[in-house]
This record gives sequence, C-alpha cells and structure tokens, in this order.
Amino acid sequence: MEILLYGLVNSFKLILIAFGFTLVYGISRLPNFAHGAIFVFTGFVAWIMMHKLNLPYYPAALLSLASAALVGVLIYQFILKRIRGMNMNEIIATYAIGVALIETFRWLGFRGTTFTLPVFFEGVAFIGDVPIDYQRLMVIGVGVVMLAAVWIFTKFTRTGLALRGIAQDERAAMMLGIDSDLTATLAMALGSAMSGLAALVIFPLGSIVVEAGYNTLIFALAVCMVGGIGSWGGTVLAAFVLGFLQVITVTYLATHFQMVVTLAAIIATLILRPSGLFGKHKELEERV
Amino acid sequence: MKSGLRKERIDRGIKVRSDGIYALSSWREISFLMAPRMLLVCGLLLAPLILHFFPYWQKVLLIVCIYALLSMAFDFLANYVGLVCLGGSFFVGVGGYGAALLSKSLHCSPFISIPLAAVGGACFCTLALLPCLPLRGVYFAIVTLMYPLFMTRIIEAFELFGGTNGMMDVAGFANPWLEQYFLIIATLVFLFALRRLAVEDVGLVIKGIKDNDQSVKASGINITFIKAQAIFYASLLGCFAGAYLAHIYMWAGLSMFALDFSIIPIAATVVGGGGSLLGAVLGAILLVPLSEALRAFGPLRIVSYSLILTAVIVVKGEGLLNYLSRKYNQFERWKEI
Amino acid sequence: MAMLEVKNLSKKFGGVTALNDINFSLTEGEILGVIGPNGSGKTTLINCITGFIKATSGKVVFNGRNLCGLKPHKIVNLGVCRTFQIMRPYSSLPAYKNLIIPLYGPRARKTGGWRGGGRHGDRNIIALDLLEEVGFERESKVPYKLAGTLPTGYLKRLELARCLALNPELLICDEVFSGLSMSEIASMVPLIEKLNKSGVTIIMIEHRLKELFKVAKRVMAISYGDKIIEGTPAEVMANEKVKEAYLGA
Repeated sequence: MEILLYGLVNSFKLILIAFGFTLVYGISRLPNFAHGAIFVFTGFVAWIMMHKLNLPYYPAALLSLASAALVGVLIYQFILKRIRGMNMNEIIATYAIGVALIETFRWLGFRGTTFTLPVFFEGVAFIGDVPIDYQRLMVIGVGVVMLAAVWIFTKFTRTGLALRGIAQDERAAMMLGIDSDLTATLAMALGSAMSGLAALVIFPLGSIVVEAGYNTLIFALAVCMVGGIGSWGGTVLAAFVLGFLQVITVTYLATHFQMVVTLAAIIATLILRPSGLFGKHKELEERV
Repeated sequence: MKSGLRKERIDRGIKVRSDGIYALSSWREISFLMAPRMLLVCGLLLAPLILHFFPYWQKVLLIVCIYALLSMAFDFLANYVGLVCLGGSFFVGVGGYGAALLSKSLHCSPFISIPLAAVGGACFCTLALLPCLPLRGVYFAIVTLMYPLFMTRIIEAFELFGGTNGMMDVAGFANPWLEQYFLIIATLVFLFALRRLAVEDVGLVIKGIKDNDQSVKASGINITFIKAQAIFYASLLGCFAGAYLAHIYMWAGLSMFALDFSIIPIAATVVGGGGSLLGAVLGAILLVPLSEALRAFGPLRIVSYSLILTAVIVVKGEGLLNYLSRKYNQFERWKEI
Repeated sequence: MAMLEVKNLSKKFGGVTALNDINFSLTEGEILGVIGPNGSGKTTLINCITGFIKATSGKVVFNGRNLCGLKPHKIVNLGVCRTFQIMRPYSSLPAYKNLIIPLYGPRARKTGGWRGGGRHGDRNIIALDLLEEVGFERESKVPYKLAGTLPTGYLKRLELARCLALNPELLICDEVFSGLSMSEIASMVPLIEKLNKSGVTIIMIEHRLKELFKVAKRVMAISYGDKIIEGTPAEVMANEKVKEAYLGA
C-alpha cells in the first residue's frame, strides 16, 4: 500500500518534471536542455519574491511561473531561433545556458538546504493506515489537472490544434499558415511554465538546492528516453514505470540506487526497444 | 558592408597547389606550410622552459594539455563521427580511477600505469557505450550525459574505491620536467596521429558515417563496429588525460566525473573552431588560463564558460582557428558586382 | 537453380500492407525488371531483400542462404548490392573519395577489390578507374569535385560505381534512370548491358518502361503490394490489370 501510494506520488512528480520537456520536443523538435535550470530558477524566484520582496504566496507563485515562461521565451527568441535545425548546437547551447543559470544561483550564494517554499496545505492525511501529507496528494492532483488541461487545450482550442499540427508535420502546417516561430515560442513558454509549476509543487517537499537542476534534467530526460521523446502517452507511461521502479528501489535497497536503476532502465530500453515504449516508427528512423 | 561591392576570397598560390600534395619547390613554400605547425609544436615544447620561473603556471600548462586532449576527443566524436558526447568526464573518471588502481595495486611508475589505464579505460568506455552506438543526435547526447552521473552514483552506492573520499596517495611524478614533457609530447603525438587517421581510409569511412550512414551500410561495412572504433580512439584520449590527472593530483575521486571535464572541452572546441582538432587545442590553450584567472570566483567560472559557449554558437562563430586559417591561406579583396 | 528466391514475402507497416505475399525467383545472369505505380511497394521490396527493413513474414533465399534477419552489411558482403532511389552520396567528400568507403569494406577486400588488387593496390587509383567505367571523364575535374556539388546524372552513376566497387553478384538498381535526360539514359543502357554480360545478375526497378524493356527480358509488375503478373515485356504490357494500375481506369 505504501509503495503503491508513494509510487503514485513519485510517478506524478516525474510526469510534472518531464512533460514540459516532451511537450517542447514533441511540438517543435527543440531539445530544451535548460529545462532543469528553469525548474530551479522558478523555485528561487518564488523564494526571493516571498522572502526578499515580502510578497504573499499566491502572487509570488504566479509571478515566478510567469518569469519561468518568460525565460523560456527569451531562450527561444535569443538563442534557439538563430540556430534552429542544427541539432548539435541546439543541445549544446541550451545545455550551456542551463548550466550558466544554475551556476549563477550557486555563485549568488544559494547553497545548502536553507531555502524552502511553503506547502499549499499543512497536515497529514491517512489513506488506509499510510500517512501521507497533503502536499504529496497535491502533486498527484496538480499532475492530473495539468494532463487534463493539456489534453483539453490541444484537442479543443484553435491554438492547441495549431500546436498539434506543427508537431505532426511542420512544413505542411506552415503551408496552412501556421507560424512555426510563434508556436515554438508558445511551446517553450508552456514547457517552461510546466517546469516552473513542477518546481512550485515539488520543492515544498524538501528544500531548494541547485543540484536539483541537474537531477531534474536527468530525470526528465530519463522519462523521455524510456517513453520515446516527444510521445506524450509514452511519457506518462514511462513516468509510471520509472516512478514505481524508483520507489521500490528506495524501499528495498537504498536511495543511492535510485539513479542507478533509472539509468539501467534507460539502457535496457535502448537495447530492447530503441524507439522507447511508445515511440513511433518515424522516431525510430530518426533515432537509429 | 560596402554597397556594390562584394568580398572575394582567393586561395594563395601555394595553398592551391599544396592541398594534399606534399611536393614543394622552395624553402619559402615549405615554411609557409610548416610555420603554423612548427609554431604550435615549438611553442608547446618551449613553454615549460619559459614557465620555469612561474611554477604555478607550469601546473596550468599541464591542465591546458589535459583539456586539449579532452577537447580533441570531443571534436573528433562530434565533427568527424557525428556523435555529440556530453559526458566527457566519463572518460576522465574511468581513466583516473584506472590509473589510481593500477598504481596502487602494482606499485608501478606512472609511465606504466598511465598507458595501461588509458588503454584499459578506453576498452571499458567503449564496452560501456556499445549499447548506445545505434543512437543519433539528441539521443546519444542524452545518454552520454548520464554516464558520468551513473558512475558517481554506483561508486557512492557500493562504496567502491574509497567511496566519496576517493583514492589517496597515488604515486606522483618524481621529476617535474619529465611530468611536463611526457604530457606535452603525448598531446602532440595524439593530435597529429588523430589528424592523420582522419585522412586515412578508416577516417574516410568514419566521415562517411557522419555524412550518410545508410550508404555506408549499403557498402557492406558494419557501422557499429566503425563507430566503436571511433569511440575507442576518443576515449583513449580521454582516459589518458584522466590517468595523467590522477597522477598529477596524486588522487582519484568522484570529482573526476564532474561537469567541468564535460563542458570546458565543448567550450574550447566551439571557441577554437571544430572540425580540425587543432582548433580544439587552440581553444584549450586560450580558455584554460582564463579559467585559472577566474578561479577565485568559484562557480562564476562555469557561468562564464557557458555564456561564452552560447554566444559563440548563437552568432554562428566559425571558431578562432577557422578564421585564422582563412586569413592565412586566402587573399581577400573587394570586388565590384 | 535459382540464384535468388523470394517466397511469400510480406511487410506490414502498422495496419498498412506494403507487400503482400510476393513470390518470384531469379536465375543467374538475367535481368529482371520490376514495375509498378508510385507507392506500390517496389522500394519496400528492395529494402526487405537487402535487410534495411525487416519483413513481417516470408523468406528471401540467396544462393541457398536465407537473408531474412541478417543485417544490411552482412547481406552486402554476401554479394547483394543496391543503389538508392534518393541518392546518398557523402556530400563533403570528393567524388572519387566516395568510393574509398566501399573499397575499404570487407567485401571489396575479400573479393580482391574491383578486378583484383583491392588489398594491395592504391584505392584512389581503383576508385578513379571505377568512375571512368561508369562514365566520369577521367581527365576532367569531375571526379575530384565534392559529391555534394555534382548534378543528378553523375550522382546516379556514383551510386552505380559504389555498387561496382563491391563486386556484386546481384545488383539491385532502384530507379537509376529517373531524373536523367534521354542522352544520359542512352549512355547508361550499354553500361548495364555490359555489366550483365560480365556475369552480374540485375534487378531493375524502373518507371521508364521503354528504356527498361530494352534491357530486361523478364518483367514483374506490382501494385498496392500485390504481384500482378510476371512475364516478357509484351505480356506484361498487354495485361489488363497493369493497364488499370497505371492508368487508374
């Protein structure tokens, strides 16, 4: 029961972390390696707003989300736009800018475990006889809401449909008058905001540390690799697989093994199904 | 940009005749070709003598060579084979731990443990990366990014090789002159050997894989095998650098898998100009002393690297070496349209 | 004794059937033409035979060996070489250096390279010989130009030369005539005939029927993944289903 519950929480954590990345890649074929940096960035911005500018929680949270989206847009406008299509440069540039962002926080003195964000609701619930705090339940709730929102957005709104169009065939979509630059900007903003949202929900469970930036990136990438990059269904499924795998590892082995198991899962996926659990044939061509 | 004019570039006569053909007629032409190479070789060989009076900078010179090796490995993989490897520190760590283990268990001199660790480490890295070889582009980059982390966690989790403390008391070099010249000469040998390899037939096949792997397959060549070979060469360089580092610091530890060893070589390659290996070396010669100067600022070092790297990529910089060699090999003049 | 035998070969992409139960065989030394409208599965057929795509079911037997499940490079090394419909040169290498790569491969080394000497001879010279053979002017600059800058006609020849470098027993040409001018085709036809005379078995996939019928004595037509008919060019062209497939009537 405990494993089930905590596995569920962990899986939704991974979904929150990875979905932004997979969204951006799925729509615009942009690997946003600054994803983890934006995650940490949002956490620190929220902290700064609350503790230095003395803003109340909700405005601070909203502003930090907006700033995350803004960072995504800026990264696209000033960096990715100019090097689009050059795969290697996209990776290196976004990775470098992410590293720069994370290390800037380290340089500014945000070290150690003194930085925390408040939880939405205090308190602990009991499900069966397993104690679980409300914040962890929040993770699941926010995850479900986000997935539902994305689903509704891409199925039923004009912009959402345009995004899906671009995702399927960029050139055809461009011929139909969908602006590829605009959608990519939008995708980056959305993806970054999702990363920010993940930060706001997940950071209260622990404290904000710079290393989380790298770990988040790694976990997001891991989920995407296992699920097949850009495949949304695959991402969700992979998040569940990895989420439960991690919790089981922590329960029966040790925390250290979390990353080991994750990586082993990736390598196993690569050998068994190179296109990921849900990768399509097209992606296989691209990958292999 | 002047209106009505365009810039015309013309190869210097000697360049036109000498590309790939080594029959030259006069000392002037030979020196034109050899001067840049000699500048690098002599410069590196003389550097320890000049820096003799600045012991601190002698250490920096060693680090420059280490990073030059790593940059070459990255450049070779990225621009010759088409595999972007974000985990250069994997090679360093494997080489470093390998050398430390060898030197502590066999009690042999660094001159035996380093080559052994380099070759053994390269075999290990190649085997470890074997499952990822069919991958391309983003996918390969992602997986390689994870390898060093993987190693760190494994060492932590199993408390291998001294766990988080690392392995102390690795034998150092007895003679500082030997320490420097061995590394410098090795760097030069690796540089020219790898450049030579690139124009040999194997090198052509490797380039062919980057251009068009389907066609290489249709030529009856096992591309996984060729890629594995390329990874072996690159990791040989990386592991050599790591092994050397272990003996310089007389220590091998988890920080050998750290980010610095992955990102600085990338920055050096991009700044120096990729695709020629020389550019990577040049980049390392420029960036490493800069980083030493910034050492006092801690994390700002990495920040500045990353920013320089991004800036160069975004303005589509061709890299320093490509710019210089263009100026060296070609005339430029304005021509009316 | 058939050199190549394709038995019940099928390929499905998800729900789409690209090849449905294809059967044919090939005796040594003949030229087989394969025709069919766009999207009828011709290139998929080649890809299945040469191992670039795994067939869903069926068998491909070449000289008594089943090719299904082998990696592409293994199949090449048994002597089955193919050209690509969309040419795949190494754009950043000069044309003659393009041939160094197949010459470096195990097939060329084992069979002694083109006309012997592959092991010891200078590969550059062999490459230039090969290019001359397929119609590159040896004394001109063309063989030394970057492959990326060559026009279609030369690229098609380069594809052919790449296969020749491998000393094929069975050569599969995927639309070598398409995109070429009449005079270019006229110079390609004797080349293919010459190859065939020297003992190479050839499968030609082609849209240019008139030129194809000059060289191929036997033709197979496929449409929507089904084999319609096999026979002499005259028989095939007289067939109602072929007319239907081509004219859509």
